[in-house]
Amino acid sequence: MTRWLEVLGTFVHDQFADLGRFFRMLFVWLVWLPRRPYEVREWLRQMVRVGWDSIPVVFLTTMFTGMVLALQTYRGFERFHAEGFVGSVVALSLTRELAPVLTGLMVAGRVGSSMAAELGSMRVTEQIDALEAMATEPVHYLVVPRVLAGLVMVPLLTVVGDLIGILGGFLVAVGLFGANPVLYWDSTFQYLEVNDVMSGVIKAAFFGLTLTTVGCTKGFWTSGGAEGVGRATTAAVVTASLYILLSDFFLTKLLF
Amino acid sequence: MEPTVAIRVADVHKRFGPKEVLRGVDLEVRGGESVVIVGGSGAGKTVLLKHLIGLLQPDEGRVEVDGLDLATLSRAESLELRKRFGMAFQEGALFDSMTVRDNIAFPIRRHRRATPAAVDDRVRECLAMVRLEEGSAVKLPAELSGGMRRRVGFARAIALAPEFLLFDEPTTGLDPINTAAIAAVINRLRSELAVTVVTITHDMNLAFRIADRIAMLRRGRILAEAEPAAFRELDDLYVQAFLRGEVPADEEDA
Repeated sequence: MTRWLEVLGTFVHDQFADLGRFFRMLFVWLVWLPRRPYEVREWLRQMVRVGWDSIPVVFLTTMFTGMVLALQTYRGFERFHAEGFVGSVVALSLTRELAPVLTGLMVAGRVGSSMAAELGSMRVTEQIDALEAMATEPVHYLVVPRVLAGLVMVPLLTVVGDLIGILGGFLVAVGLFGANPVLYWDSTFQYLEVNDVMSGVIKAAFFGLTLTTVGCTKGFWTSGGAEGVGRATTAAVVTASLYILLSDFFLTKLLF
Repeated sequence: MEPTVAIRVADVHKRFGPKEVLRGVDLEVRGGESVVIVGGSGAGKTVLLKHLIGLLQPDEGRVEVDGLDLATLSRAESLELRKRFGMAFQEGALFDSMTVRDNIAFPIRRHRRATPAAVDDRVRECLAMVRLEEGSAVKLPAELSGGMRRRVGFARAIALAPEFLLFDEPTTGLDPINTAAIAAVINRLRSELAVTVVTITHDMNLAFRIADRIAMLRRGRILAEAEPAAFRELDDLYVQAFLRGEVPADEEDA
């Protein structure tokens, strides 16, 4: 019994320690964000990496999510002759919930992990110390561009995901179930408001900020050689996914 | 060269968790001098070196550079002070996503307003100073040998024309010829740049080639210090064992 309490205690303690490092990193990030010199090339490089390079995976994820959403709701709604609402349901679910969350999770897997691995190996090969020694705040050079890229690009990816997902739903409804394309299209936008899209985009910005900060924090505080880098990478994905899913609930509650 | 004290380490203690790495280190480095700190693995050499530039803060005691107590400096002031230092790391610690040129140019682009042409000129100068050919500028660190990586690390360390140069194990893992070449490069940097040099190493061969003064660090304290000739004659069992490469009588468990 005491052993279990001990394990639980350690777990809770570690989670809070993690959260503390996360917020401290975010704070330092905020402090250094406006300072010169601006490494514009590095900013763009990270934005391409987070945004552009993630398009294929976001495309596939949201496309198939939109498709399966239409498939499921069509089958269900058929039973009480409410097929006319499938477009609305698909659009609302995607913009408000699925596109931001799935984009966040996919980017966490793709980019958050690689940031942790990259910064982690820079830590264990003393490259981060070298930055310090060259009178450069490592957070300024390494973390500012990465987290900024997450903050800017994940919302944009989410908008792309919204469109692709809605298109996926449209293809299934019209192509597979023979829905009237014009009516489906009308139903898609009938109940969709700007606020729905915005709430998704705001959440996505938050997820982008979170997943990059988690990736950078895990990498930044890596210790223990190659094995440590491996641990940091895994931890980055797990923690970022966890933060995204937990904060999603509270953000949704807060935004609407 | 003025004989004033440039770096003063006074009674520095540092522990990591339960492990006490430094237990009261006292050391003075005079301006323009080359001090080599020798000691076995795990004696705390790297930890001591990182204190000199403020990468680590002492738990007790103080580190002063030109009379400035590092502990009293703000973050901005301590970054400013570091511009006067050049540090060459053990394995080079080069940014592996950048070419040799970009590595050396990094501190210049970061801290000086210089035209691209001026940056290129400075990179060429630094490469020449460490005896690397210009052709290596376009290579990536992964394409270089260990000895070349160190030299690029040196070149990057001198890019801002620092007053202090710190070398962390500059010859570890290098063959004797490369070691001699590195020693020659360090001596050349000293004579051309008028810098104060602190090197840590366990390579006595290197120490005798580059040192004005050698200090032996053992178990977190300075055990002895002397000029190279006197150092050889020190009447200390551990120092003598270290010089001869033997297991000291009191440390057979190690």
